[in-house]
Amino acid sequence: VGADEGEKMLPVEYYTGLSVILFTLGALGVLIRRNAIIIFMSVELMLNSANLAFVAFARSYGSMSGQIFVFFVMAVAAAEVAVGLALIVAIFHSKHNIDIDQLNSLHG
Amino acid sequence: MIPDFILFFGLAIVALASAIGLLLSKSAIYAALNLIINFTAIAFFYLVLSAPFIALTQIAVYAGAIMVLFLFVIMLLGAEKLERGTIQPWQRPAAIILAGILIAEAIYMSIAQVVPAAIAGDLPAEFGTPLAIGETLFNEYLLPFEVVSILLLAAMIGAIVLTKKGGLKRS
Repeated sequence: VGADEGEKMLPVEYYTGLSVILFTLGALGVLIRRNAIIIFMSVELMLNSANLAFVAFARSYGSMSGQIFVFFVMAVAAAEVAVGLALIVAIFHSKHNIDIDQLNSLHG
Repeated sequence: MIPDFILFFGLAIVALASAIGLLLSKSAIYAALNLIINFTAIAFFYLVLSAPFIALTQIAVYAGAIMVLFLFVIMLLGAEKLERGTIQPWQRPAAIILAGILIAEAIYMSIAQVVPAAIAGDLPAEFGTPLAIGETLFNEYLLPFEVVSILLLAAMIGAIVLTKKGGLKRS
């Protein structure tokens, strides 16, 4: 599935525009939802929109480095999800709630 | 050009609709399913952008492993019915105003041409293949690769310690 020779891509602004809108939707999700798991999923959405911008610029500049960065972002996201979900499970076991408005003390 | 436009806008509508579905869904399960659709649409964007290896990694890692973890935790906690109407009345308008400011700034930055528009017309035939990815990764980015392995090990140990019985209560 390599690149066809001489094939033109759409202007990179299309992809950055879509990436901007997806990032804003993710930020909006972080701001308006109260379930910690859904907030976490919104953060994943923001990471993905950044990845889309990386790949679009990699294609636009003909450089592989953008794709390598997406690779690293995926690895970091996997680590983040493992630790974050473990934290959510631990918080749920001690408080029986993951509504972030109820979690207002650091005391375990 | 016309098929490109149709492909782009079709995929963009799917991605945006599933992101909005994630925001508005009442149940965490539906939010997770919407997010899987979104990840798959973005994987198709990667295919269009001649990044087939990244596209398949996206499917396997994001839509596969990460979302399975999310769904597992949602079902483990019974979190799909946990959200109650505890939101403060001023929070939602404030969030929408802030998001409007953010998107206006971002669109201004996109239009203002802060990045030079360099378009590579002809790509090498192996662009985005696993071979090219591997060569770039292990020649130019070997140290970050090793650092990521340490990060994954630390995350694994952290997850095990946190979910151990009484893991948070020690100390």
